[in-house]
Amino acid sequence: MAPDGNLTLAMRAKAMFPLPSSARLAAWREAAPTVDQIMVEERAASFAKRSIKGAAKLAGLQMVVSMMDLTTLEGKDTPGKVAYLCHKAAQPIDPRYDVPSCAAVCVYPNMVRAARRFLGTDSRVHVASVATGFPSGQFPLRTKLEETRRAVSDGADEIDMVIDRGAFVAGEHGKVFDEIAAVKEACGDAHLKVILETAELVTYDNVRAASHLAMEAGADFIKTSTGKVQPAATMPVTLVMLEAIRDYFFATGVRVGMKPAGGIRTAKQSLAYVVMLKETLGDDWLTPDLFRFGASSLLNDVLMQIVKCAEGAYQSADYFSLS
Amino acid sequence: MNHNRLSVRKTHKLYVGGAFVRSESGRALPARSAAGVHLDNYCRASRKDLRDAVVAARAALPGWSAKSAYLKGQILYRAAEMLESRASAMAEEISRYGGDAAAARAEVAAAIDRLVYFAGWTDKYAQVFGSVNPVASPHFNFTVPEPTGVVVIIAPDAPALAAPVALLASVILSGNTAVIISSETAPLPLLALAEVLATSDLPGGVVNMLSGSRPELVPHAAMHKDVNAIIDASGQAAIQACAEEGAAVNLKRCSRRALSSADWFGEAAENPYWVLDTVEFKTAWHPMGI
Repeated sequence: MAPDGNLTLAMRAKAMFPLPSSARLAAWREAAPTVDQIMVEERAASFAKRSIKGAAKLAGLQMVVSMMDLTTLEGKDTPGKVAYLCHKAAQPIDPRYDVPSCAAVCVYPNMVRAARRFLGTDSRVHVASVATGFPSGQFPLRTKLEETRRAVSDGADEIDMVIDRGAFVAGEHGKVFDEIAAVKEACGDAHLKVILETAELVTYDNVRAASHLAMEAGADFIKTSTGKVQPAATMPVTLVMLEAIRDYFFATGVRVGMKPAGGIRTAKQSLAYVVMLKETLGDDWLTPDLFRFGASSLLNDVLMQIVKCAEGAYQSADYFSLS
Repeated sequence: MNHNRLSVRKTHKLYVGGAFVRSESGRALPARSAAGVHLDNYCRASRKDLRDAVVAARAALPGWSAKSAYLKGQILYRAAEMLESRASAMAEEISRYGGDAAAARAEVAAAIDRLVYFAGWTDKYAQVFGSVNPVASPHFNFTVPEPTGVVVIIAPDAPALAAPVALLASVILSGNTAVIISSETAPLPLLALAEVLATSDLPGGVVNMLSGSRPELVPHAAMHKDVNAIIDASGQAAIQACAEEGAAVNLKRCSRRALSSADWFGEAAENPYWVLDTVEFKTAWHPMGI
């Protein structure tokens, strides 16, 4: 799949670890593959031009629901809203439409207990918590670790951490690496998703390098955005990260997951992401274990399309529960 | 001047969300005069264009319905002014289908007059159709009309300009947004009207225009759950039956405008009661003495 050049570069980068040593990191950064901006944007745009109809569309939409991290990250979140979200994630719509439950609910650390209490201990829906000073990441490591441990002990199955983008763009890659590794350790059995906040990394080269850094430091998933900075997830930036995951897999045999988050609002967009996923990483990644959508308003649009497929009439938001 | 130059034939676009767009399907049809002369090309809308138009109309609804009655009237009046300044071009658009020039000019004049007429109703219909109700308790009780939402209008084949203008103005004056399906035999005058509305301060999405085949579009419009009302002026029994049957899906309101071609030029087309087909009445009880 990957051109041989990319493969060797990724292998070379791998050979330069173990980290951290600032000299080694600098050399690794030099050796990291660069991204052709024009081509990655062209290729990403091409995935949105597939015609997906009928049974394939319905299967795709159901898969999208099963991959969704239903998210609420607002200052005004309450246990009541989280309970409502858990209910919607477990049973998105009337069972006659045969729609699977969502993969997880994603909440602030203070809401983890409420989510766990509502879902119980044997729910198929996971509880994901943002952590480490979300959304900025500009907090001391000690409080980041404390926050992570508390979220896990409150019942979080998954931790969505943010990296310190300031440190990354200042070239302190070692610091970013160490923080991710420390948070991974604090997670214990919980899965770790590392949010790169790609809009603040400015260039595709930085996104590619940060993806690799996060995977080396122990990320189970890499995630585009917090949703608090625009632009959030875009097709090109997700493609860059998917290619980083592919090259990392070729170099190490380790499958890392991907989570685009923020700005994916329509069923059509979400299908384009699934197409991109399949054509970049293949069928192995078409599972909620390795791909998630971080979204709040996407679910209703997908449900409206599923009902449209079943009943033939275009649907209205008036007939669906609030996001 | 070189008299052998090739003529530049316009492809009239659909008007959706304030933009002039080609059909999502990529289809275009030749517009032909009564004598079969190829006039121009126009886009043939698909059901997905209809879906996009309804999305645009829904998105425009909160902004348009919240504008003051006075401003809505100003904007409709502005549309009349713009149409007046392009009267000769619009008359040409109508007459090249084959009618006579004087009749075309009369139709444009009628369209302008309808806009002015309905512009006047924007700040009057609520007083005329609303009421303060006598009740046997210490309450101030009043009933006010509110826009119903997104309205799909099925225009008749003729007159191609005067009829759609009267239909559109009577629907949007109360704050509704509209998707109109054009005449099948003469779609160009309505599509040319889009160029007038686009320069009339009418926000994008308040009026959306689709040209194409009624049997292709009407079933989807009628069953669309995000459409709140349908106005059928097609005069075709099959289209009316299709609209009414589809409307039953979510009990949307379905009204007819059964006017003859000549009626659209007379008093019958200045009917304020049309407003009632696309408003809902809300009654409020306000305690007195507080």
